[in-house]
Amino acid sequence: MTSTPKKLQLQDNVRGPGKVHVELNVNGSSYRLEIEPRRTLLDALRYDLNMTGSKKVCDMGECGACTILIDGKAVYSCLTLAIECEGHQILTIEGVSTGSNLDPIQQAFIQEDAFQCGFCTSGQIMSIKGLLDANPEPTPDEIRRAVSGNICRCGAYPHIFRAAAVAAETYREQRSTKKTGR
Amino acid sequence: MAKLVKSKVEWEGHVFERSSVTEGEEPEAWTAGSTLKVVGKGQPRIDGPERVSGRAKYTSDIQLPGMLYAQILRSPHPRARIKHLDVNKAIVFPGVRAVLSHINVPNISFDNEPLFGEELRFAGDEVAALAADNDDIACEALKLIEVEYEVLPFVVDAEDHEFLDNQNAQIGENLTLGKPVIYKRGDHSKGFREADVIVEETFHTQSAMHNCLETHGAVAVWNGDELTVWESTQSIFHVQEELTDVFHLPLNKIRVICEYMGGGFGSKQSTGKWSIIAALLAREANRPVQLMLDRLEENLGTGNRAPTVQHLKLGAKSDGTLTAIELQATVNVGAYGSVGRAVDGPCQVMYACPNVHTEVRSVFTNTGPQRSFRGPGYVEGAFPLESLMDELARRLKMDPLDIRMRNYAVGDSRTGQKYSAKNLDKCYQNGAEAIGWVKGQSVSRKDATKVRGFGMASQTWGGGGGPPAFAWVKLNTDGTAEVITGSQDIGTGTRTVFAQIAAEELGLEPDQIGVRIGDTAHAPYDPVSWGSMTVSSVGPAVRQAAIDARKQLNEIIGGFLNVPADKVLVQEGKIYLAGEEKPHASINDVLGQIGNFTILGKGARGPNNPELAVRTFGAQFAEVEVNTLTGEVNVLRLITVHDCGRIINHLGASNQGEGAIIQGIGYALTEERITDKATGIILNTNLEDYMVPTALDFGDIDCAFINDPDVIANNLGVKGIGESALIPTAPAIANAIAQAIGIRFLSLPITRAKIVEALQKTGNAGGVFP
Repeated sequence: MTSTPKKLQLQDNVRGPGKVHVELNVNGSSYRLEIEPRRTLLDALRYDLNMTGSKKVCDMGECGACTILIDGKAVYSCLTLAIECEGHQILTIEGVSTGSNLDPIQQAFIQEDAFQCGFCTSGQIMSIKGLLDANPEPTPDEIRRAVSGNICRCGAYPHIFRAAAVAAETYREQRSTKKTGR
Repeated sequence: MAKLVKSKVEWEGHVFERSSVTEGEEPEAWTAGSTLKVVGKGQPRIDGPERVSGRAKYTSDIQLPGMLYAQILRSPHPRARIKHLDVNKAIVFPGVRAVLSHINVPNISFDNEPLFGEELRFAGDEVAALAADNDDIACEALKLIEVEYEVLPFVVDAEDHEFLDNQNAQIGENLTLGKPVIYKRGDHSKGFREADVIVEETFHTQSAMHNCLETHGAVAVWNGDELTVWESTQSIFHVQEELTDVFHLPLNKIRVICEYMGGGFGSKQSTGKWSIIAALLAREANRPVQLMLDRLEENLGTGNRAPTVQHLKLGAKSDGTLTAIELQATVNVGAYGSVGRAVDGPCQVMYACPNVHTEVRSVFTNTGPQRSFRGPGYVEGAFPLESLMDELARRLKMDPLDIRMRNYAVGDSRTGQKYSAKNLDKCYQNGAEAIGWVKGQSVSRKDATKVRGFGMASQTWGGGGGPPAFAWVKLNTDGTAEVITGSQDIGTGTRTVFAQIAAEELGLEPDQIGVRIGDTAHAPYDPVSWGSMTVSSVGPAVRQAAIDARKQLNEIIGGFLNVPADKVLVQEGKIYLAGEEKPHASINDVLGQIGNFTILGKGARGPNNPELAVRTFGAQFAEVEVNTLTGEVNVLRLITVHDCGRIINHLGASNQGEGAIIQGIGYALTEERITDKATGIILNTNLEDYMVPTALDFGDIDCAFINDPDVIANNLGVKGIGESALIPTAPAIANAIAQAIGIRFLSLPITRAKIVEALQKTGNAGGVFP
């Protein structure tokens, strides 16, 4: 389930109208943009930062294809203003893998064929990442609910559920390996 | 050697003959006994890493230096004439680079109509378009276009006889083709006279909207008189053809690219105005232009499943044998030149009935034009037929499965041809076993308000494919290979299946094969990805191309090593000679020494067997739980068993089947375009009010296959799976609901509101509900 994080608040000093400087931290790097205060985070990512992995499908918070993580929580980037995100950590699909090193969720998506056209896939993966980072042992119902705000019109849902369960297993193994130092 | 042949090809319920060119000798079909290493496995997608990492570039992700963004002004009225149009304020708005309307593009036509007409025929019809430096400017400038409309009388409902009998919805007659499409076999009147029992009802099916997640759109860029277009399409070659007609350019001047696309479901199988408008704006502004529709536009003007009214009458002997079928159907095809297709298909071919009469009237209205939607016609036609078959069974106190087996068709009753293969009986058996079908199943009550029921339905569809379809296979000097086709991947896993087929013939692993698709400039022609026929059309050509490449390779190796070519075997990049266990050399030892010679194998889809009909079949079983207090339907289990030849990739095939079922659940229970009759405007053009299934809207889904290679169909033994599982989903659910609460619903979707109202009206007595 995606939602707007409560911690996000407008800056005290009013900025705009017109283009203003906005500093965003995306995937661990800092970016200084010159954008209108009304610019959504999705548009800033896609058009100002050229990160097109987050998709624009409905642009009104109905489909989840633009889901990203803000401070670890799954959020619709089309319902979030870029300017609201200053001082927060933004993670997009581009930051989930490094080069050809895929995250276990991405690997599980390939292994389980958890997509068809792939247009909703970035959003599905971000929602599942938000879930697994917070809850390493999700029940099947929790997995379904985690992606219930992410529409897949191709209907790859059963494969997505399986991929999430497989990825959860890998996440747990990695955690226990880290804990035991092995 | 290229050779001209004639072949019959079935496409979405229609059979037509065409000439095509084939290459060389057709390889023997892989049979059930063929030992295959790669084909038939669950192969993860070879383009998976691109799709899960956000790296895959879809049309909407294409960003070019200096690219402009386009917007379209659309008619707010279902029917109107433009009295006055003034675009001057928009032209001078800072950042606007080009504006188009009927004023400056009077001579360009689309589908034999002006690109920008002065008479607008549905709410959403194109009035004008512009391109600007960014999307914000484009949206602002759109508001500055001044239009004065003369609002005209309109009709949105194909049953609105008061309007349709007296005036026209658009120029010309209200009936497409000017007459109904009539099919007759035997004598249906005689058949009904001979019947012991007759059932008849009037059914309504709704308009469903495709809602592909990637909207329709294009990016166009000119380089002198050469045009390159990226389009989210099911057919790069259709788009190329359309643009060639519009711009009067030769084929070598127009390149169409679609590497990745975000869903089509039929709505992207034909071209639209967007690519023409993008190309015109790009030419006018001398800059690249991106024109992607938004969600609202997507639901107004890019197609929909046509709503239908179907009066169906069945006659049968007391043992269940059908004596007559009569269908009177009206299809609301919307505006412009579209024609309702194949609604009559299930009545004509599903069962062996000697006396069949079908009449389909396709009516123009002032709503968005219909377009093919996954299993077009058959989805709409299966709901009445499979519902009424259950009613017939109920009247005769027969089991729904028994009455279907009683009327089992061994051939295509329309042509008298036998089927190349038909395992529907096994589908029935396996499906019934899997769901625990009990004859004369009694309703189980979970508690006072939750009632469970079982239902089933049958399905037949095409998917046999045919020519023309071509492929090349290139062998690299390091032993890896590339498949090059002009096909496209609409989400079905085309690349992966082609890689499996080529890998099988070349003795390689799928990840050693690169698959290049979706670019008219670098590949041979391939057909539209429609009618569940990409694998069955293009796949056999890929196999033939791989065989050709392998033969050439063996000739060269044989010559190089001084042994006959037929003594050479290449496996995983290594060369083996007959009689030797250890590899003799590696491929690049040879190819690297002969001037990096590149081998190019060629393949073409061979003709279809003229004697036999090739079709796919399936049976679907549903278990539902109806909440009699809230009307909520919980689809607990849906089990489908399909007979669609050999399965190349089990992972992708089950994904296709399950996805079709999930779309079918939406069609059965929630999806419906709602058009306001008073204003002619669609009220739910978004994904909040138009309810497609989410992750919480279904229970367990199981998609199984008979996996019996159809060696007549083509050299792979494959047939399509993309569409068929959608066809029986709604009737299987409707039949399960009828069993659970005793109410036969005659219209889709079966919403909670309908169920509650029906329960209130009928109480425990049951009956039919319109």
